[in-house]
Parts: sequence; structure tokens; C-alpha cells
Amino acid sequence: MKHNIEKVMIIGSGPIIIGQAAEFDYSGTQACKAIKEEGIEIVLLNSNPATIMTDNNIADKVYIEPLTVEVAEEIIKKEKPQGILAGFGGQTALNLAMELEGQGILDKYNVKLFGINSEAIRRAEDREEFKELLEKLGEPVAISGIASTMDECVKFAETNGFPIIVRPAYTMGGTGGGIADNMEDFKDICSKGLIMSPIKQLLLEQSVAGWKEIEYEVMRDSKGNCITVCNMENFDPVGIHTGDSIVIAPSQTLTNYEYQMLRQSSLKIIDELKIEGGCNVQFALDPHSHNYIVIEVNPRVSRSSALASKATGYPIAKIAAKIALGYNLDELKNYVTGYSSAFFEPALDYVVMKIPKWPFDKFRSASKKLGTQMKATGEVMAIDRTFEASLLKAITCLEGGLSGINLPAFNSLTKEELLTKIKECDDERIFAIAQAMRIGVGIEEIHEVSKVDRWFLNGIKNIIDLEKELSENSLSHKILEKAETMGFTDDEILRLSNWDKSEVDKMRQEKGMYPVYKMVDTCSGEFEAVTPYYYSCYEKEDENILSEDKKIVVIGSGPIRIGQGVEFDYCSVHGVWAIKEAGYQSIIINNNPETVSTDFDTSDKLYFESLYIDDVLNVIREENPYGVIVQFGGQTSINLAKRLEESGVNILGTKYESIDLAEDRDKFRNFLEGLGIESPEGYAAKNLEESYAAAEKIGYPVVVRPSYVIGGRAMRVVHNKESLTEYMTHAIDMSKETTILIDKYVYGTEIEVDAICDGEDILIPGIMEHIEKTGVHSGDSITSYPTISLSDEVIAELVESTRKIAVNIKTLGIINIQYVFDGKKLYIIEVNPRASRTVPILSKVTGVPMVKVAVETMLGKKLKDLEYGTGLRQNKNFYAVKLPVFSTEKLSDVDTFLSPEMKSTGEVLGVDQNFDVAVYKGFSAVGIKIPVDGKLYVSLNDVSKDMGLETIKDYKELGFSVCASKGTAEYLNKKGIEAEYIEGEKLKELISDGVINLIINTPTIGDDRSRYGFGIRRKASEYRIPAFTSIDTASLFMKAIEVKKSNKPVTYNHMRYYLGL
Amino acid sequence: MYGALYLEDGTVYEGKGFGYEGVSSGELVFNTSMTGYQEILTDPSYAGQVITMTYPLIGNYGVNETFNEADKSYAKGMVVKAISENPSNFMSEGDFDKFLKKMKIVGVYGVDTRAVTKKIRDNGAMKCVISSRKLAQDEIDEHMGTIKAEDDWMRVVGTQKAYKVPGDGFRVALIDFGVKENIIRNLQKRGCHVTVYPFNVTSEEVMAGNPDGVLLSNGPGDPKFAVEGIEAAKDFIGKIPMFGICLGHQVISLAIGGDTYKTKFGHRGGNHGVLDIDRNKSFISSQNHGYATEEKSLAGTGARVNFINLNDNTVEGIEMENYPVFSVQFHPEGAPGPEDTTYLFDKFIKFMKESKNEA
Repeated sequence: MKHNIEKVMIIGSGPIIIGQAAEFDYSGTQACKAIKEEGIEIVLLNSNPATIMTDNNIADKVYIEPLTVEVAEEIIKKEKPQGILAGFGGQTALNLAMELEGQGILDKYNVKLFGINSEAIRRAEDREEFKELLEKLGEPVAISGIASTMDECVKFAETNGFPIIVRPAYTMGGTGGGIADNMEDFKDICSKGLIMSPIKQLLLEQSVAGWKEIEYEVMRDSKGNCITVCNMENFDPVGIHTGDSIVIAPSQTLTNYEYQMLRQSSLKIIDELKIEGGCNVQFALDPHSHNYIVIEVNPRVSRSSALASKATGYPIAKIAAKIALGYNLDELKNYVTGYSSAFFEPALDYVVMKIPKWPFDKFRSASKKLGTQMKATGEVMAIDRTFEASLLKAITCLEGGLSGINLPAFNSLTKEELLTKIKECDDERIFAIAQAMRIGVGIEEIHEVSKVDRWFLNGIKNIIDLEKELSENSLSHKILEKAETMGFTDDEILRLSNWDKSEVDKMRQEKGMYPVYKMVDTCSGEFEAVTPYYYSCYEKEDENILSEDKKIVVIGSGPIRIGQGVEFDYCSVHGVWAIKEAGYQSIIINNNPETVSTDFDTSDKLYFESLYIDDVLNVIREENPYGVIVQFGGQTSINLAKRLEESGVNILGTKYESIDLAEDRDKFRNFLEGLGIESPEGYAAKNLEESYAAAEKIGYPVVVRPSYVIGGRAMRVVHNKESLTEYMTHAIDMSKETTILIDKYVYGTEIEVDAICDGEDILIPGIMEHIEKTGVHSGDSITSYPTISLSDEVIAELVESTRKIAVNIKTLGIINIQYVFDGKKLYIIEVNPRASRTVPILSKVTGVPMVKVAVETMLGKKLKDLEYGTGLRQNKNFYAVKLPVFSTEKLSDVDTFLSPEMKSTGEVLGVDQNFDVAVYKGFSAVGIKIPVDGKLYVSLNDVSKDMGLETIKDYKELGFSVCASKGTAEYLNKKGIEAEYIEGEKLKELISDGVINLIINTPTIGDDRSRYGFGIRRKASEYRIPAFTSIDTASLFMKAIEVKKSNKPVTYNHMRYYLGL
Repeated sequence: MYGALYLEDGTVYEGKGFGYEGVSSGELVFNTSMTGYQEILTDPSYAGQVITMTYPLIGNYGVNETFNEADKSYAKGMVVKAISENPSNFMSEGDFDKFLKKMKIVGVYGVDTRAVTKKIRDNGAMKCVISSRKLAQDEIDEHMGTIKAEDDWMRVVGTQKAYKVPGDGFRVALIDFGVKENIIRNLQKRGCHVTVYPFNVTSEEVMAGNPDGVLLSNGPGDPKFAVEGIEAAKDFIGKIPMFGICLGHQVISLAIGGDTYKTKFGHRGGNHGVLDIDRNKSFISSQNHGYATEEKSLAGTGARVNFINLNDNTVEGIEMENYPVFSVQFHPEGAPGPEDTTYLFDKFIKFMKESKNEA
């Protein structure tokens, strides 16, 4: 044993936001496992309930409490850990640790920082110190300056000229940064950046846009042993945030000289910083010389290190945790081979491709232009033996119907339009490049506008050339093999060639043209490895070790996106664990490098594969499993159910027929009618005329949405014909959508019921109630467990109707039903015959391992014979309030108003025996400043004026003074509430000056950037002033204010305590 | 162009040909470096060998004369997964295909190189024939038969005549068993005046040049065939500081009375960790060897092991207790691969300095 540590505290990264996604659940979970192995007790603090790391079996004591200094101090006081590991929770954990140190709390309780020292953090993150450090080492940096005021910014620009990159210090994902080409843009970016930076500091630097962007993942131990785990090259040159870049590992266009030059530089830097653990170094390399500059160092594990771990098989976070405990790299073993040393540098014998997943399908008004501020919510990774194949595979991982490097919408664009698109660079650039090549634009011309390396462009060209070959030739073994090897999907091959599908299938069978599986083993085959980590490719030798055991495959949930977050990885991972426990071999297929599910020691076997139907069927053909589970991977896996079943695959749990019944409008309505259960009146419309007819029949307001969507994409409440027309013609693309669903809008309380059904009985661990009334997406609404306003009769009806639906729809496993209660009647809004976003929360707050129980039912067990019984479980003795977290700081042109369309990226949980305190904790965890008095600004739309009256009165009573927009002020004054009218520009000024403490602003339309409300909400979000767009949220917020005002001590406890375990 | 790789156990890997058109044969080995294909191909230590690159995409950044480790290639063939037709790097002077043509090296691409690698890993380095046309069994047998049983390549790949690389610092005598340019560059960088001698130079000839130290270079084959080198090395001990790299290390091991053996498939790549016992610190090293020093045989030789391989605990370096003589199995000069241990050249300089001061 290297240490005599008995207890440590780990800080998690909190809610998922852009720039901090599931990668920190992965690194945190890995760190916990590595520490637990050592027999050390782990205290975990993380406010994100959707994560795997906050499970009771990962850490010993899990505090799902706000990530604030106050909370951390309370926990340190109580738990007395010997040290804190802050290197696994992203920038959030680092910042919290720095604050704890800065305020003397660590010293006060004699707690050490394990792994990273505050000195290293400061030297790496403080721009000035970092510059000094590099200069000392003789490592090149861009011409740069530090500015803390606008005057200093302007002076720098005048001296050094444009373009200039602006980076605020101590922010993650480049929040508030940007590249400016002129003084006007520059001033704008700087003023925002100064606000975003917690220390009000900006780094201004010479732009090296167009240079190659290269990253190295480096590790070091306390002895000073250093290695690089992986290097990566960005497809997109410097200028686009690496989180928004397509990234290839290892580097492809670097000579050995360049590779070693930058490697040497990374090792020098990590050694000088004396980092003990993992670190990421980013470089810009001039494509025309050996000049380079060091862009940035992240002194902790990061999104890139998660990617590097999955790309190489080297578990960076696990090893970093061991190093933090005092181990050295040269005394640890390579986890993959089990016998060779951990002190080595992985050698890859494949190409890894990462493509970001952007939320622009949800944020239609957001600028899709990519720059230094990260916008992606998640990413996909693909592995294959060539650039072309791994690129094509990665593209199919993006879902959205993509079967190749082809967007039909681009087919009609001219050369000039395509080149403009390529130059401006948005999320679709790679498709524009492909299309440009298709119409004959040369590589040089594309390189000129994009600066993308010719080598990558040549790779794309190879794909386009083969497309042409496919379209010009008749079916032959040779060309089919070529296309398969290059990574073309069957759909793409058939689309391009017009060959007969049955003939292609026949040839494939005759010639045995199926992919083989190769192992990711860290060492290019040099050592025998035991990792069950595979990827497919069209090669000669299959090295897949197939077991004779009974197997079950879990289909994962793909990239993190709005509406499908880390919750589904939680479900997939728990599914895998339950399968193992049930005595089957567990196999997972997934493509998200950030997640725990794609850690090679989570399942018995990991296929890092696209979730494209071809790839999934190939794995199934290879493994011949007993069954496949599709209900844990969100809509991604559910969408595969049909084709899997058609291919004769045994779907475990709820079958496709039932899934279809729940999702097919008419069938479902008939089904409900048969059961005598009410649902809001509704119709399907295929065109504008039909939509008018439907809306008139139902009567406005109506809820409109496309069928088969996740996260309420393009869902809206429409109050009149005019808005309906706008929706049908502008908001959605009818060429892509087959059907639009139009339902009556029932105003009332939304209720979320998650149940497990064994075919006969159901188990409901708990019921959750939404705070906001109908019209706000369940993912964006605040929800409470248990319910707070429903009578026993309503609860009984909920249970009975859930039972009826679950049993009759033939659910086997988990089902999620959303209801609305209008005060009199209960309506069904939606049924999801799969695990939902709330499963992790409910599992944690009720103590019922829902996924595990679901798996048991799928394998034939009956609920009544299992530990948790049937029916609704008795409520626990505490409240758990879930609050959504938005990443709107990252997407500066996205409106933050609540609507039926989901916009949040993550969530936090406030837990307490007292409901008000739980609410207080929830808002604190979101990071909202809770004012105890001050100025409230109100601007209400007509629909909500009457509804808001009481709330505003209450605020007044709490001691807030009220100001309002013109219409609202008039209305309030008329109602006897004194409210000062403040005009728009003045309001923005007051917000900037910190005079306004709180805003209630219900939107008229939303998402329209020219509108006044949008501007206010943006301004508020920039200045981090709470701005509520629902009266219900604002009303709930008062509870948090009251708790804060009361000054009563708030206690923070771990989940076992709350659960009474 | 057709291409195929025939193994002595009868396995055939068919692919496409590139580089030189013809038939060639040798010992099949693999290298796990992800960059540095040109340095590898021109490293004389690969004499007689057919190199399989485990990294699948080769030729991406083209070739440049300055990356040559010798002015010709002594390898017998190159096996890769894919070859880049459109290299991209500002230094590129041409593509790898043409380079192989120029170097008269037969190449095969489109091969499942991972399968080849695993084969070598499991069965050890084996004989093979590489060809740009389909061969009949008797032809294969014939070519297989031409592979030399003796592993004495170091007699042919190094310089056959002494030459000087001038400098104004320490005078280094370098015995060339197939030296890599980057070793000489590292000495030059430190101001050394280097005299490069052929493999069969005698200790008298060397000492006549009045050197401050001797460097025994890397090179191909079985160190036991370096009989002249072993004899000369024996004479240098106690007289002059001596530094051995790779084959040079094995030669020193033999000279002091130790023994060497042929490993199953060697170490070839740029990612092996070695522990410097004296510094108690580990380094990533560049490696290319099929033979190794037997640790037990060092007992009583006056040398101790001061570097070990972290993966398999094999001997990576030795140092004599009473004399300024040391050697390493790996390549401190990298090329390709990391240059984390170039401090060993400084150590050599230090030894020469101390020895001169004492004198």
C-alpha cells in the first residue's frame, strides 16, 4: 500500500452544460472505482442526480447538494476527509477547490488537495502566470496581453492589430470569448468577457487562425515520470473551439519531427507545472514551418482526456486517481493487458474520429457559426482502419437520418453558396465540403477558403470518387467490397447505385462480406490483451472472442443532446450491471466517448460502434445474443426497434408492437378509448389545410408538434390561426416531417409517472409533479418528488390508470406516462414505453433500483416475488426538487423562455426534509443568485397578467420594490400595485449596473431576437440575474428567498441519510 | 500492382504492391511507431528485415531527405495497411511509394497488418517472401531459401572506410555497425569531433587516433557476429570511456563476459517505458532490437544493470562498476520516437571530461 489515506472527498462537475458534459461522470466514476479499490472511503459532492457517479454503489457517501463553498465547507467539517480530489469534476470542481483554498477552508480543516496543487492550477489558468511559465521554459506563445479594463483592451488592439482572440480567464468551454476582426466586434466581445470571467480578466492574443490545432494528453506522477497518452489533430484548423472541431487521433499530417517537437514541449510544460495526474496541452502549428505556439493547458482530466482514453484504451482518469493517492506510473500496470506497465505510450493501429453533436435542431434561431466558444452538447466517436471509414462511421453516429456524408438540402446549392458555407464554417461544413467536391470544386479551392489540411480533403475526395463509381457501375464483388471497406452504409450504397437490395444481400452472403472485429488494446497488438473492447472493420482476420454464454445486448443512447442526456447512459449502465447480475454476458453497443457505458470495464463486452442499423445488426449477427434491450437508450435505441424486430431479433422487454402503439397517434387514441381513459382531443395533420381544420375543431389554444420526436423538438402552444400558420410554414420543415400532431391544450398540473411492469402488475417507485403548469416541457420544468398538490383520490386514479395502460399496452420493463390534471379530470399527454429522464432521480430518491428491477421483469421474474413489491411505494420522508439548467451563456442568441420545446442541457436536485429548503438548495445548485430584497422587474404577456398578480403582491410583501414594462405597469397600478414604468434601454442599463435583482418576464412569442423580451432575458442571463418566464417558477422562487431570509441553518446530508439507510 | 506476403508457415497475405517491383525475402518484424516511417525504413538496423508497420496509414506527410537515417535502406520490404497517394506536409518532397522505388524496396499494402502483427507476436519473428507478383510454391521456397542463416548484417551496412565528422570538442571514435544519422547528429550537437570507423576496426587503429571516448553504434543482426567489435571493446575497457547503443550495448555485454540471446519478436516502436535505476525515474524510449542481454550472465562481469524495461523486465542498460563504460539497449537518439533520454549523450560527454581531467 502506497498511502495511509482512509477518507477522501471527490468533487463532481454538477449539471451538464455545454463544455461540461458526461465526460466528468465518466472520469469521476473511474476515479471513484480506482480509489475504492484501495479501501479508501469516498465522500462525493455533486448536484447532478442523473449521473452514475452519484449512485450509492460508486461512492460511500453521496451528497447530492449544491456545489458551493458553503456546502463544501459543511461537508468537510462533518466528514473530515484527509484530502480532496478536484481534478475529476471539470472546471467547476477546480474553481470550487480554488475557492476553498483561497478562503482558508482547506487549511482550517487540515484538508489537502490530492493530485493537483493550487499552485499548478494558478500557473496554468492565470493567463499572465501561464505566459511567464512558457517564457521561462522557452516555449513559444502568441503575442498576447492581459486586460482587466476596456481601455487596456483597446490599447492592445491598437498596438497589435487584428485579428485578436479574446479569452476570459477561468471560464470553461471558452465562455464569453471570440475572435474579432475589427474594433466594434472586439469591444463587444471584451465587454461580455469581462463580465464572464470570475476574476475579470481577459487574455488578448494574436490570432493564429488557420494553423493546425494539435492536442496532447499528458500524464505525470510525483516522481516526475511523464508520458503522453495520445495526440490528436483537429480537422478544423485553429479558430474553432476544439470541442466544436472534428478531431482525429492520432495526428495524421505531422512528421515524426513535428510529433516529437510538440510532445517534448508538452512534457516540459507538465513537468514544470508539477502536475500529478492528467493534463491537456493544446498547440497551434504553422502548416508552413516548424513554428508553433502553446495555446492552452488544462491541468486536469477533460473532455479531451475522456476522448483519449476511449481512443487508446488507456484509462487516464483511473491512473490519475492512483497518482493522486501517491502511486507512480512505473509501478502501475496497464489495465488493458493486465501485465505490461502503465508507464508507456499507447500505440494505435486504427484511426479515431470524433464529431461534435450540436443542439441547432433545437435552437433554430441560434447562430450555427462555429468559433472559439463551444456550442456542442455532446460528441460521437468512431474507430476504423482508415480515415474514410472512420469518418463515414462517425457521421452515421450523428443519427438524424444520416447514412453518408450527404445533406440533401445542399444538392441545390451553387458553388459560390457552398464555398461561402465552407468559409463561414458552421456545423454542416463537412457536408458542404463533400457537396462542393461532388460538383467538381477542387481541393485547392476548398483548402484556400477553409484551411483544412489537404490530406483530410483528399480523404473526403476518395469518398466522393467512390460515390461516383458506385453510381456508374453494375454490382460486382470488387466494388461492393471497396465500398464496404471505405465505410459506406448499405442504404448509401443502394441509394447511389440503384442496385437491387436482394442481389447485394445475396452477394454479401455468398462472399461472406461482413465486418470483422478488432480489439482496442493500447499496444497495436504487441502484447496480448484481455480487454473486451472491439470495433468493426472490413479486414481479413476476426479476432473477436465469442463466448458460449447466454448474452444480452444493450443498445446505448449515442451522443448527449438536449432531450437525451446522461440519464440514458445511467440507464444503459445499470442495464448492463443487472444483466451481469442475472448471470448473462452483458454486451453494450454505443458511440459516445464521454460516457461510463463506453468504459471497457463497464460491460462484459463493449462494441464501440455506430448505432446505425447495419452496424447494430452486424454485432447481433456476430454475437447471436439471447435478446436485445432497446428501452434504456432513449429514443436512439427505441428507433431501432422496428428494424431489429423485422430482422428477427428478440427484443427483450416491451416489443415493437407496443412501442408503435404508444407512438402511433390513432392507434393510441383508440387504445385509450378502449380503456376508458381520457386524453386531450387531438388530430394529425399532413398539411396546412388539415391543421386549420383540426385546430378549429378542437378550439385554440392547441399544442402542435411533429410526430416521433425527442425532447419536444419544434413543439409549441399555439393561441391563434396566425401563429399556427407561422408554425406550419416556418417553424418546421414539412418536407422532413410526415405528420404534425395537433392537440387540445389542457391547462393544469403536469404529473410524471414512471412505472415498471411485468405484464401483470406494476411498481411505481414514486410520482413527480411539475411546478410549472402545462406548456413547459417536462425536461425544462421544475419537478418535485413526491407530489405536493394532489389529493389521495387523484393519486389513486394515477396509479390505476398507469396500471391499465402499462398492462394493456403489454409493457415489460419501464414505462413513463405524463398526465395533466386540470383540477377536475386527469388526461394522458404522452406515453413513453421506455426508460425516461426521471429514472435516475427516482431510483436515487426512492431507493428502488428501477433499471435492475426492469431487467428482472424482462427475464421473466414477477414483481410480486421481488423485493419492492407492486403498486405505488410509500413516499420517503423528504423532498427532492429537480431544476433544469440551461447553457444559454454559451449560445448567446438563444432565448431562455420556457416552452413545450426542451432547451435545458442538464439538471440539479435539491434534497431536504423540508420542501422549501429543498427548493432553496435546488436554486443554489443551479447557481442562481438568491436576492433577499431589492428590485423586481415585471413584464407580462396578456395571458399571464391575471395569473401573475398574486405572485407580484407576494414579492412586494417580501420587501421587493416593483418596476415594470409599460403595459404591465399600467395593469399593476390599475390593480393597486405600485409599479414604476421603466423603458427598455433604461432597463438594460439598470441590469448592467446591478440595480435589478430579479426579473419576471412571460414571453409573447419567444425566439424572436428582434423582440424586446428576448433582449431582456439575454441581458439578464449575461449578468446572471434570475429571470423567470413562468409565473409558477417565480412563485416557487419565493420559497428559496424566504429560506435565505430566515437565516435558519441549512443542513447538508448524504443520500443514505435521507433514505434512512 | 499486385502484392503478396508469403510466410514460412505457409500463410499468404494478398494485397497490392507499391514501391519497387520485384521479389525480396527476409525476416518479418513489426514496428508500432505511429510516425517516422522514413526514419525506420532507412535505419540500417533493419537490414535483412521486412518491416510491418502496425499504424495503418503510412506516407501521410510524404518524405524528406533530412529524415533519412542512412543514405540507403537495408530493409527487405515494407508491409502496410494503406499508403497515402497525396501526402501533405510543407516538408514533403515526394510520396512514400516513389521513395521505396528509389530505395529499391518492395512494398505491399492493403494487408491486414494487425493480423500479421499478431502472427509475429504469437509465433515469433519469421522468414517471409514479399513480392509484387503472384508466386508459385517452388518460387516461394526458392526465395525463402535465399534468406541468410547467419545474422551478420552489421558487416555490410556500416561504412567500409573510416571518415571524420569534424568538431572542436571531445574526440569520439564511433564504430559503425550500421549507425543512425541521429546518433552522429547528437554528438555533433555537443561539439564532438567524430571519427567513424568500420565494423572491423582494431583497438590499436582506434587508439592511434587518440580519442577521448568510444561509441559503439546500433546495427542489425546477432551481436555474436561482431567478433572484431567485441575484441576491440575488450581492449577499451579501463582505457577510455565507452558508450554503447543497441547492438553496441550487446557488443559491450559480450565483451565483458556476458551473454546475449534472440528474443521472440523483439521490441520495435517508440513507446516502451524504461526505468533508469540510478535516477529512479522512468522514460519513454525508442526501440529496435531482436536480441537482448541475458541478465543472469552479467554476474561477475563487473557490470550492473541500470536500466530495465518496464513491460518485461529485460535488460535495457548496463554500467561497469569501476570503469566509465555504459550502454543502453534502446535508442536515446529517437528518430523516430521520443528523445527523452538524450541526457545519456551528456553522460558520455561527462565521462570523457572526467577521464580527461584525471589523465
